[in-house]
Amino acid sequence: MAVCIAVIAKENYPLYIRSTPTENELKFHYMVHTSLDVVDEKISAMGKALVDQRELYLGLLYPTEDYKVYGYVTNSKVKFVMVVDSSNTALRDNEIRSMFRKLHNSYTDVMCNPFYNPGDRIQSSPGGPYFLCPYPVQVGPTSCVRSSPGGPYSCVRSSPGEPYSLCPIQSRAFDNMVTSMMIQVC
Amino acid sequence: MSPTQWDLPVELCCRPMAFVTLTGLDVVYNAVHRAVWDAFCANRRADRVPISFKVLPGDHEYPKCRPKRTSYEWYIPKGILKTGWMNKHLNLVPALVVVFYELDWDEPQWKEKQSECATRVEIVRQSLQGRNTKVAVVLIQKKTPLPPGEDVIASERAAALCNACELSGKSLFVLPHTDHLVGYIIRLENAFYEHAQTYYYTEIRRVKSHKEFLNKTTHQLLFVRHQFKIAFFSELKQDTQNALKNYRTAYNLVHELRAHETNILEIKTMAGFINYKICRLCFQHNTPLDAIAQFRKHIDLCKKKIGSAELSFEHAAWMSKQFQAFGDLFDEAIKLGLTAIQTQNPGFYYQQAAYYAQERKQLAKSLCNHEASIMYPNPDPLETQTGVLDFYGQRSWRQGILSFDLSDPEKEKVGVLAIQLKERNVAHSEIIITLLSNAVAQFKKYKCPRMKSHLMVQMGEEYYYAKDYTKALKLLDYVMCDYRSEGWWTLLTSILTTALKCSYLMAQLKDYITYSLELLGRASTLKDDQKSRIEKNLINVLMNESPDPEPDCDIFAVKTAQKLWADRISLAGSNIFTIGVQDFVPFVQCKAKFHAPSFHVDVPVEFDIYLKADCPHPIRFSKLCVSFNNQEYNQFCVIEEASKANEVLENPTQGKMCLVPGKTRKLLFKFVAKTEDVGKKIEITSVDLALGNETGRCVVLNWQGGGGDAASSQEALQAARSFKRRPKLPDNEVHWDSIIIQASTMIISRVPNISVHLRHEPPALTNEMYCLVVTVQSHEKTQIRDVKLTAGLKPGQDANLTQKTHVTLHGTELCDESYPALLTDIPVGDLHPGEQLEKMLYVRCGTVGSRMFLVYVSYLINITAEEKEIVCKCHKDETVTIETVFPFDVAVKFVSTKFEHLERVYADIPFLLMTDLLSASPWALTVVSSELQLAPSMTTVDQLESQVDNVVLQTGESASECFCLRCPSLGNVEGGVATGHYIISWKRTSAMENIPVIRTVITLPHVIVENIPLHVNADLPSFGRVRESLPVKYHLQNKTDFVQDVEISVEPSDAFMFSGLKQIRLRILPGTEQEMLYNFYPLMAGYQQLPSLNINLLRFPNFTNQLLRRFIPTSIFVKPQGRLMDDTSIAAA
Repeated sequence: MAVCIAVIAKENYPLYIRSTPTENELKFHYMVHTSLDVVDEKISAMGKALVDQRELYLGLLYPTEDYKVYGYVTNSKVKFVMVVDSSNTALRDNEIRSMFRKLHNSYTDVMCNPFYNPGDRIQSSPGGPYFLCPYPVQVGPTSCVRSSPGGPYSCVRSSPGEPYSLCPIQSRAFDNMVTSMMIQVC
Repeated sequence: MSPTQWDLPVELCCRPMAFVTLTGLDVVYNAVHRAVWDAFCANRRADRVPISFKVLPGDHEYPKCRPKRTSYEWYIPKGILKTGWMNKHLNLVPALVVVFYELDWDEPQWKEKQSECATRVEIVRQSLQGRNTKVAVVLIQKKTPLPPGEDVIASERAAALCNACELSGKSLFVLPHTDHLVGYIIRLENAFYEHAQTYYYTEIRRVKSHKEFLNKTTHQLLFVRHQFKIAFFSELKQDTQNALKNYRTAYNLVHELRAHETNILEIKTMAGFINYKICRLCFQHNTPLDAIAQFRKHIDLCKKKIGSAELSFEHAAWMSKQFQAFGDLFDEAIKLGLTAIQTQNPGFYYQQAAYYAQERKQLAKSLCNHEASIMYPNPDPLETQTGVLDFYGQRSWRQGILSFDLSDPEKEKVGVLAIQLKERNVAHSEIIITLLSNAVAQFKKYKCPRMKSHLMVQMGEEYYYAKDYTKALKLLDYVMCDYRSEGWWTLLTSILTTALKCSYLMAQLKDYITYSLELLGRASTLKDDQKSRIEKNLINVLMNESPDPEPDCDIFAVKTAQKLWADRISLAGSNIFTIGVQDFVPFVQCKAKFHAPSFHVDVPVEFDIYLKADCPHPIRFSKLCVSFNNQEYNQFCVIEEASKANEVLENPTQGKMCLVPGKTRKLLFKFVAKTEDVGKKIEITSVDLALGNETGRCVVLNWQGGGGDAASSQEALQAARSFKRRPKLPDNEVHWDSIIIQASTMIISRVPNISVHLRHEPPALTNEMYCLVVTVQSHEKTQIRDVKLTAGLKPGQDANLTQKTHVTLHGTELCDESYPALLTDIPVGDLHPGEQLEKMLYVRCGTVGSRMFLVYVSYLINITAEEKEIVCKCHKDETVTIETVFPFDVAVKFVSTKFEHLERVYADIPFLLMTDLLSASPWALTVVSSELQLAPSMTTVDQLESQVDNVVLQTGESASECFCLRCPSLGNVEGGVATGHYIISWKRTSAMENIPVIRTVITLPHVIVENIPLHVNADLPSFGRVRESLPVKYHLQNKTDFVQDVEISVEPSDAFMFSGLKQIRLRILPGTEQEMLYNFYPLMAGYQQLPSLNINLLRFPNFTNQLLRRFIPTSIFVKPQGRLMDDTSIAAA
């Protein structure tokens, strides 16, 4: 489906960026970065429209010979950028829109994680550090429980004053979400 | 650049215009002809008809017309479009040949001239044999022609000339060589234009007529050719709508051709030409969306038509050209008024053109890497006999061969080789860079700063490949900061890596070091092994050795670079580089933090410098120095290690000069501030960290202010937002993120150890000398010197207060305006420990209200801090708010002698002035004396003596005085008459003897004085007694200058009997007085109404009895009859 998915902070630095590993990663980084020109323009054109009437989906940002770049901006000015292969005609506006919505939900989950500091890069590499959970994990990562689907995670603490452990679950959830959006192509 | 194979031919790109040749003009030697020619071709504006003119000799040979083909049955075309065709119809075959001939209607030798002209026409006709080209004759005449029909000879001779030349009348023109040349010429060329259009119309018909002979199998190429020709002729005819229609048909036909590797280039070339024409016309018709759609379609159709794999770079070159040409068209349209938008502008096409140019380079690199021994084939297969190709897009070694089989594979091989070898010499980078810079210029225009940066990176990289490292570095360095400021570290790292290579290859020391520093830093996304390598190189460079070459560099370039580096080593010279870090993200971070936002001058100023290295291996620095805004302190804040150059690597983990990666190093500095800096800010202006040392090479990292680089502000923000708990660290370590830069501190004076007390009795009274007693007591351990007192109104209050407040030390004299509001630096002397002194201050406040008073005591004391003797200036201040109130209120009123309130007084008639002084002071007041100063208009009736001398008034008590005054007649004075001043001299009862008395002057109100015509006063005793006679005498004074008639009557009263005139009428002379004597005989005791006197003035009806009552008593107290006659009653009787 998508060949590159990126989350860009309000200040325009990347929070998360993943592209199909087979391709030249740098090329997509540049593509996402340059698309911010159009995003900026669209946001400034949007002006001060009422928040609830605002369309978050920005549509096709610009076409290149081989790819199409789509954009989406949250109310807190976090941007999602998705690069799709031009030859992929199966993806129409509606599909892109729903993919963005899923991505937005997933991102909201990340934000709900009390251990995520807004503005930090969302770590995706398997070796990278995970969010620090202040509670010791009882039985592996399962001690982080979600009360309802989409709801925030809560941690079970075995005894007070114990050292903290890493809570890998949240960053993985986002990463898996992105992977699922990218895998359907290949 | 000279035109290459891929550039579109000029004749395709120009705007086709009708071609008309002019013959018979001698533009070199004949001035008249020259003028005619200039009128045709010079300064052609846009509103002139589109014709391209050319002057040719009358016997010019035009291209021969090939014999008409009667049948197409056996004809097999050899290609789509001949290379010469467009040029032929633009510049060689005219639509109209004009023969200019000088001939006037009244020419004497008419016959001869006429036949000469006919000959000339005939010669032209000969050379145009077989063509439909029109011929026209223009007679250049000296005389202005008569209006048509009037000149009989002219019409006759014109008909004859037409006949001789076999011309229609429409093709004969007269050009009088007179003043209005340009006007005639414009009319002429409009006529020429019509002829040309007819010509092109017939040409279109001619080409169309061929169509019916064609068949789909053998004449496919001709379908395209004819369609193209029709479209082109339509363009020459300026019929752009039909031209566009026909080009579109031609475009579709071109793609219907059977494509094969052998003819794909020809098809693409033609498709490119036709596409170009379509897009051009669409832009011309102001339908840019059609142009874009056509171009997209064109690209989609042709993208995959690569053709021969060995020559695939040709496809890339062609694609690149297509995009570039479209970009040019788009740009041209914008210059003519089209508006483009951010997401659809020529930049995208140039960018794509550059992309294909890059691909062409890649393909050429892999396909054309022949051994040097392979020679260019001889004879050159790319040479043709004529030097040009017959048909567009064909191979020179097999022109006109339509077969898909390669008849001669050997020849083919040689041809391909020749093309490949030629491609090798193409300056690809130059092409790419040109395209990229075109795109940059566009994106700059359409608000795409990031796209622009991206393209500039590509340009930089291309310059790097082209080995122009200086330009590469310049571009990369320019855009780096954009990526840095937006925090795109992967992109920044990639750019830095290229920049590092460039600086290595040029042996640019400073750049090399700068890029290394950043690539080792936290913004770099390089792997640790790469960082290790760079760090090793950096240390080598610092030890004055050559670094290892960067990976993936050109071998030859590396060799050159190694030599350059070797030269650098031998070259002694400036080897200290100072690098400001605020614009990048180096691998050492620095934060400076004062321990407190302010320090007392008697304690040492302390601050920490925190350093952290992000490189993979420990690194040793040689010197750290801190600079302040006051440079005197710099000397105290230097750490230096006298180490030899080779020690950089020794004992790396030891000593405070060594930075261990990831560990925060804290360095404490301490110094004693100068006493002059009290009240000033001490600021760290920079921190310099030296790596390496002077004997080798030395890099000084310079942090402005208290540290921080290009990335640290964002990091600090993130850290501040974070609520993550940080894992515990050993006591002497700190978390880097938790350190907040504090680059400045205030030096404040030493805490004073004295007490200041104020003693006074508020509130202050207006204008009094208010006494404020200041008591200063020293609690210092040693003697304090130079104690100074500053006291008075606290500055910064209302400016009016300053003028109305005066302070003095001497209470014995009243202070005036010249005294200041604030007494500064009154020396008080020295104080021994525990000693106390008292100082009295007198404040005079001229207005009521509250004031803030400041008492500020400063002194000097010797202190030892950090084994240094310093003289500290300490001070203590006290402020007090004092309210000022009026000491008393003075009320003044005018009353009549009967103590009745007076609105106004009457001239010359005595009245009373009463003053009432009400004390408002909470403290007892002594009225020392009072004085009435009368205005000249007032006179006193009796002595003006103060009645309230030395009266003491407690709060709320009042002292009154009464003065009898008279005001002489002054006539009518507007606003009343001034009365004078009432002056009260007073002081606090509690005030000391020597305190001066305050004189408060009250201005008395003005009073209205009125003249009356008649004044009546009565002489009567103060009381009467029942049945005792009471004599009453009324004095009537005439106050006017007239004789007054007065009617007087006395009304009887129940309480009295009386004798005297009851009713009388009399006259009183001016200024005289009339007396009326009555004897009243009281009948009843008590307060009794007197018989009322009524006076009626005939001249003054306003003079009423009511007014009269003011002057004379209306009643009297009557005592009862006494049992004993005492002396007084006898006397009264």
